[in-house]
Amino acid sequence: MLPKIKDMLISLAAEKVTTIFTFNITNSVLGTLLVDGLIIILAISVNVVGVKKIPGAVQNFVEIITEAFLDFCDSIAHSKSRVFFPIIFTLFLFIIVSNWLALLPGFSSILIKEAGRSFPIFRSPSADLNTTLALGIFSITAVQYFGFRYLGLSYLSKYINVKGPIDFMVGLLELVLELAKVASFGFRLFGNIFAGEVLLIVAGTLIPLFSPIPVLGMELFVGFIQALVFAILTLVFLSMSVEKAH
Amino acid sequence: MDLKSIAMGLAIGLGAMGPGIGIGIIAGKALEALGRNPEAQNIIRTNMILGIAFAEAIAIYALVVVLIIRFV
Repeated sequence: MLPKIKDMLISLAAEKVTTIFTFNITNSVLGTLLVDGLIIILAISVNVVGVKKIPGAVQNFVEIITEAFLDFCDSIAHSKSRVFFPIIFTLFLFIIVSNWLALLPGFSSILIKEAGRSFPIFRSPSADLNTTLALGIFSITAVQYFGFRYLGLSYLSKYINVKGPIDFMVGLLELVLELAKVASFGFRLFGNIFAGEVLLIVAGTLIPLFSPIPVLGMELFVGFIQALVFAILTLVFLSMSVEKAH
Repeated sequence: MDLKSIAMGLAIGLGAMGPGIGIGIIAGKALEALGRNPEAQNIIRTNMILGIAFAEAIAIYALVVVLIIRFV
């Protein structure tokens, strides 16, 4: 007999693990802390050893990734690339580590039981809508910030344009578009990663032997592409916002 | 089989149709451009991935609707 979908441990929202001073610690918060910890440990371990002229294994690894991404950033943002690089690279690293961490065995298979139901103790941050919407809000806020920083008050004319009735409506549409971008960022990342996790669970439940392997391979690819897409889109919006409107 | 299952199937089935056609057109046109101008590979690939991401987002919206029907 086939297993029922409702017996599988799938939940759209992150589950509450504990509460600290009315602040709910969900399993995706624990996952976020784990991802942050990993990235911080990597960064510190490079700096504690010291940046050498002849790099060791860890430094070489970090340099390869950073350099490849910086070249990529240069090819899109040209002169502003060094300004945008830290933001884009932080987003990229956080998203790709959280996407790939969820694929490791043990990450979502360690369960805790509470009040008759069990749920995984860790959850990938990007499989929680709160995290992805927060990342989207962050990136769109950065776009507005850099627009004002480089264009000054004339950036406002993108939204409030009194040259004519049609320009005014276009400005209002731009304003709505910024909100749509936040939703689009959030739902794209969340949808891809959460759907991947559901697919893994379903594939593993229906045919436990071998069938999750190709799905895992595809999830590696999807995790990378989604992190890249988030970074590229943010970079493109940033470079568009600092250019003078025609 | 209840109405919910039919709603889920219809939502993702119809929602995936448009983006599928769109992504096919984008990739096809990118390959055409690549054949005409192989030196511009990097720019074409970046823009192709961007276009695909926008087209794919629509399928993801359909997927989110399905997940909401299923789990909420």
